Amino acid sequence: MAQAITDKDGVKRYLITLNVNGDAHTVLVKGNAILTNVLRDQLDLTGTKKGCELGDCGSCTVLLDGKPVDSCLVLAVEADGRQITTIEGVAANGRLDEIQQSMINHAAVQCGYCTPGMVLSAKALLTRNPNPSEQEVREAISGNLCRCTGYVHIVEAVMATAQGRVTPDDH
Amino acid sequence: MSDNHSVIGRSVPRIDGPEKVSGAAKYTGDLKFPNMLYGKILTSPHAHARILSIDTSEAERLPGVKAVITHKDVPTLKYGLSPARWDESIFCSDKVRFVGDKVAAVACLDEDTCYKALKLIKVEYEVLPAVLDFLHAMDEGQPQVHEEYARNINTEIHQEFGDVEKALAEAHHVRTDTFVGQRTYQSPIEPHSAISMWDGGKLTIYSSTQSPHYFQHYIAREFDMPMGDVRIIKPYLGGGFGGKLEPTGLEFAGAVLAKLTGRPVRTFYDRAEMFAHNRGRHAQYMEITTGVDKNGKILAAKANFLMDGGAYTSLGIASAYYAGALLPLTYEFDNYQFDMFRVYTNLPACGAQRGHGAPQPKYAFESHLDNVAADLGIDPMDIRIINARRPNTVTPNDFRVNSCKIKECLERVRVMSDWDEKKKNLPLGRGIGVATGSFVTGAGYPIYRTDLPHAAAFIKVCEDGTAATLYTGSVDIGQGSDTVLCQMAAEAMGYRYEQMKIVAADTEITPLDFGAYASRQTYMSGAAVKQAGEEVKRQVLEMASVMLGLPAEDLDCADGQIFSKSRPGKSLSFEEVARKHFVLRGPLLGRGSYTPPKLGGNFKGAAVGTSPAYSFGAQVGEVAIDEETGEITVVGIWDVHDCGKVINPRLLHGQVHGALYMGMGEAVWEEVLFDDKGRIKNAELANYRLLTAVDMPPITSEVVDSYEPSGPWGVKEVGEGATNPTLGMFSNAIFDAMGVRVNSLPLSYEKVWRALKEKREREEDEARRKPEARRAEAPLETDGAMPVYANPS
Repeated sequence: MAQAITDKDGVKRYLITLNVNGDAHTVLVKGNAILTNVLRDQLDLTGTKKGCELGDCGSCTVLLDGKPVDSCLVLAVEADGRQITTIEGVAANGRLDEIQQSMINHAAVQCGYCTPGMVLSAKALLTRNPNPSEQEVREAISGNLCRCTGYVHIVEAVMATAQGRVTPDDH
Repeated sequence: MSDNHSVIGRSVPRIDGPEKVSGAAKYTGDLKFPNMLYGKILTSPHAHARILSIDTSEAERLPGVKAVITHKDVPTLKYGLSPARWDESIFCSDKVRFVGDKVAAVACLDEDTCYKALKLIKVEYEVLPAVLDFLHAMDEGQPQVHEEYARNINTEIHQEFGDVEKALAEAHHVRTDTFVGQRTYQSPIEPHSAISMWDGGKLTIYSSTQSPHYFQHYIAREFDMPMGDVRIIKPYLGGGFGGKLEPTGLEFAGAVLAKLTGRPVRTFYDRAEMFAHNRGRHAQYMEITTGVDKNGKILAAKANFLMDGGAYTSLGIASAYYAGALLPLTYEFDNYQFDMFRVYTNLPACGAQRGHGAPQPKYAFESHLDNVAADLGIDPMDIRIINARRPNTVTPNDFRVNSCKIKECLERVRVMSDWDEKKKNLPLGRGIGVATGSFVTGAGYPIYRTDLPHAAAFIKVCEDGTAATLYTGSVDIGQGSDTVLCQMAAEAMGYRYEQMKIVAADTEITPLDFGAYASRQTYMSGAAVKQAGEEVKRQVLEMASVMLGLPAEDLDCADGQIFSKSRPGKSLSFEEVARKHFVLRGPLLGRGSYTPPKLGGNFKGAAVGTSPAYSFGAQVGEVAIDEETGEITVVGIWDVHDCGKVINPRLLHGQVHGALYMGMGEAVWEEVLFDDKGRIKNAELANYRLLTAVDMPPITSEVVDSYEPSGPWGVKEVGEGATNPTLGMFSNAIFDAMGVRVNSLPLSYEKVWRALKEKREREEDEARRKPEARRAEAPLETDGAMPVYANPS
């Protein structure tokens, strides 16, 4: 259990360590703080978006120990000591991941607000299932709402990445 | 036409792609400023109530609260988006008019304190009877939403072109149908937010807006400031679809809180507050009468509509005019009558949503046209081709149409969808439907009266020529305008897209552009960008002429290379010429602006719906209906568009897919629901029912070869137009599958199930009474080309 500190008004705060994208951050959070807000407000990792705070839209998706979760439904204290990947941790050494490049090449990005969550859901799918069917892709991203694309190019981008070609045929 | 372009017409990757996929793109709500406060607005819990008193003292005493404001602290000037009816206030002073109306606001050290402070503001209300049913809002004795608008009439339109009664009297067949459209919401994934800050007398607002210019104009007006002292900056924007076009109150309240506290203030809506602010599609009652000759040629049409405007005008006057004005666009007929009432109710205000005003009337008209075709025994595809508008024609309400390939769209979608084969052979419970659409390529007139150009642009070439920056007031809300405008700039300059940069939508840095609405940017902003690019190119060629000792007329520039047309081998790079230009003549700059020509007739409301160019499209959808449950499975959708020259094919098809997705949601699932107190029952994305990736059917989209003579390189719109056919297309496909029509949106599983049940009961009843007659008669509302629907039991 994380160390608790009580302030003069009697409000308890917890000292937790979040392992985010390979870096350990020790932060003081209230018991009801959601992971989304801690990532965005305390760690300045604003790539994790807030769209509904109800787990409906998936914009705040992060990987928790490799699994995609809505970070608005995760209390920060629950993530204490666990491995978190946010969108800022997907590209490595300034190089975009294949799924990110494929999303660009396939025009799977429009307003881009759902894109970080979408990339993480797709990344988690491809890690556990490198050769998904189209239906499996659709199911894997069904928790990520996109209001712009109709999902057509997003599904294409994920399928293409699985098949090792990040550039569409009509390019 | 020639198509020897080096940059446009190619699916280049989005210019903002890397920032967006990596999470680096900063949206308004991601921004932080030193010393920043958080602001929240207190809203009304009642649909209609008199404000008796507001006590903020307890909230003000809460530690962490830096300011609390009510109507006493803000300008009393009424505002709105449509200057014809400014009826909104920053905060309500006398009474609240819907659940969610703005009452007060707080600025606090953090978000948590805001919510605590809001609970401590004591407002005493006298609850008033509310008008929640728009169908009865005009009835005698109904509560008045605004005292100055008798019988709750916000807008009344009566237009007649030609002689409708004579044409109907002479028609071979006249039919009247009524339809009801539901209230929907744009639901952009990014919630609205704004950050306001003052520097002396200057106000800067970062805002999730579709139009920094209109914001600048309205904020300057509200606070009685010169426009030059108001700066609006649009960071990355997470979708809009019309819902981020107008002031929300966040920026007015935020500006006052920032002024009072002397600190930056971030104000924002959560998802439920977005639904309450609304400004989405109006619920609408639509009666349509059409007279046709024996071949199905339309002779006259009458539209009689009623719209639920909600508590304020918003952009609703334009919505009301659009609903009727665009109806005679897709098909040719000379006699047209349009009557409309937009009424006030004690519900959130409605405004402009993708396809502004047009999708629901198109749903009604396209469903009605299928009924007419069934009456006459004409194939639904044929009746549309018979009536399809031709190029270089004028609508009865004086809209001039240049390019128009609606007929080609229909012919192509007929082949793509295998229409003729399916129409004959689809089994019971499977159906196929067609509908068309058309839309403006930018509104012909601004929202407020002004002679300012609709779009303007600068291009600055980097001193060594290795990059060029486009400065534009246009707004990329996700549709890709930053990318296509850079493609257009590069094409016009003879430069490379890959070396383009863009600075967009900052009123202090970029030139005026009315922004992202009415599908105007590729055409209007594109025209300004093309002009700016051509000015750069002219200067580059003049300098190259000096450097090469050849006449400028002999030179051309493409893809970053300047070359002689007459002497192959004589060439220079754009970079070296641009650098020389800077050394000898100073900055290499290009400027452009666009103002549409005078458009439309002289009757009241003639301006709405005018556009320098109109897009056209046709869609076919195939559905399977589960008779036991009413469940609708969409088997496939085919879409063909006439959108002129295509600048970026992949981005264009992305727009079509998105439009279809939104239209499909509106057709079958999406609806904002209210309880009997005017409170929204489903103010979240799950219960509003946004479609997920597993709900989407296969989509095939194509364009016809088209060129719009008035547009830069022949472009027209596609982003909104592709939503217009979708609702009617689903209505017709479901009708084809079941043999009965559901006359109200959304065409939900429950309504389909009920329609089937009623039909079954009717048939059983008929069979009991007249077994012989039933066999001899065709069922009433069944398309002649369809197999007769029979009860399997």
